[in-house]
Amino acid sequence: MPTTKTERLGIRISDDVVRVRQLTRTFALEVGLGLVDQTKVVTAASELARNTLDYGGGGDVTAEIVEQGGRRGVRLTFEDKGPGIADIEQALKDGFTSGKGMGLGLGGAKRLCNEFSIVSEPGLGTKVTIARWK
Amino acid sequence: MAGQVGSDVASLVTRNEQNILPEWVELQKNAGTLHTGRISEGELQSQSRNFLHLLRDALTQSGTDTLAAPYEPAKAMLTELSRSRALQGFSPSETATFVFSLKQPLFNALNRDKTLSGEQIASTVWSLTVLLDELGLFTLEIFQKSREEIIVRQQREIAELSTPVVKLWEGILALPLIGTLDSQRTQVVMENLLQTIVDSEAEIAIIDITGVPTVDTLTAQHLLKTVAAARLMGADCLISGIRPQIAQTMVHLGVELNVISKASLADAFAVALRQTGRAVVKARRIEGFALPEKSGRQGA
Repeated sequence: MPTTKTERLGIRISDDVVRVRQLTRTFALEVGLGLVDQTKVVTAASELARNTLDYGGGGDVTAEIVEQGGRRGVRLTFEDKGPGIADIEQALKDGFTSGKGMGLGLGGAKRLCNEFSIVSEPGLGTKVTIARWK
Repeated sequence: MAGQVGSDVASLVTRNEQNILPEWVELQKNAGTLHTGRISEGELQSQSRNFLHLLRDALTQSGTDTLAAPYEPAKAMLTELSRSRALQGFSPSETATFVFSLKQPLFNALNRDKTLSGEQIASTVWSLTVLLDELGLFTLEIFQKSREEIIVRQQREIAELSTPVVKLWEGILALPLIGTLDSQRTQVVMENLLQTIVDSEAEIAIIDITGVPTVDTLTAQHLLKTVAAARLMGADCLISGIRPQIAQTMVHLGVELNVISKASLADAFAVALRQTGRAVVKARRIEGFALPEKSGRQGA
């Protein structure tokens, strides 16, 4: 999958979540996503960025514009070196949270995107990748 | 020995002021200090002359120790200068150039001075470099601090500006939310709304989110908490301004807003009026109610 544009942002404070949303919106616009799809991917990015910050103790996001078979899309990779997720299935379940949130962020992000993958190793960190295609 | 270097340089400055000052001003002009038109050449001249004199006095009294008391007037002037330049929109390097560009004229004057040995010149150059670097960094620090003060002030202004609670009708309030709902601002919003509910004995509060670009689960949670708090105080909440893309996104997220929501503020206002036993009707339908006669001007 060729990548035509890449940008990396750190997620350390809550203002960074706003920056992640802005970056995602810029990339989504560049790919030419419609208003609904833009809003979906920006919202998913917002959820995952906040998870990275609140549960992963901060991390990084890599935003990419990717091309495959003539289609263009936005791909975002959130990485942290936090405590990791022991039971991913449980974490994806609506209403489950280990913090004070609504427990809808991770599952919601999955539903808002075309591609979703999560890799987590307890004690080592978590890596979530999402993509939204035009 | 610092004292010796100090008085040496001080007398050098006194003897060579006629050369140092124009050379320094010229360097600042070449660096583009005047290009933006934010300060005049006259101002630059007098600022440079004042600083040179203050520096000379400080050098005479306490050598090159910038922490000593005689440096206070020079530092006060630098503080004033970098603060005003920060406000005028100068860049950090344009601001720091004021101090750093003084090096060359001073070194030139040292080199022209025939009474000093090579060794003396070398050690004086070093002391002067350290001194001017310290003062330059001091300028940058003040500059940075002033910029931060501006940012903090603007943040406060934005936080206050964007959370007005407006009264639409007797007992009906509206809270038009704009921008990002991070937790600190949400706190202000909630306090404002709850206080206004008490003050105006409101029955219904309409929260309009037309100006909120992204509604994620945290935003939704904040909204729901505000609604719950308002309910505890005896006011019903309506949410308006949910745009189609936001509605679709919220459905995918799985967020349920357990309140009456409407697409526009006008629709929500109509609901609020109905709930409080009122209605908006066209005037001519009411019997015995005369429309005011149109004057010629209004017709145009």
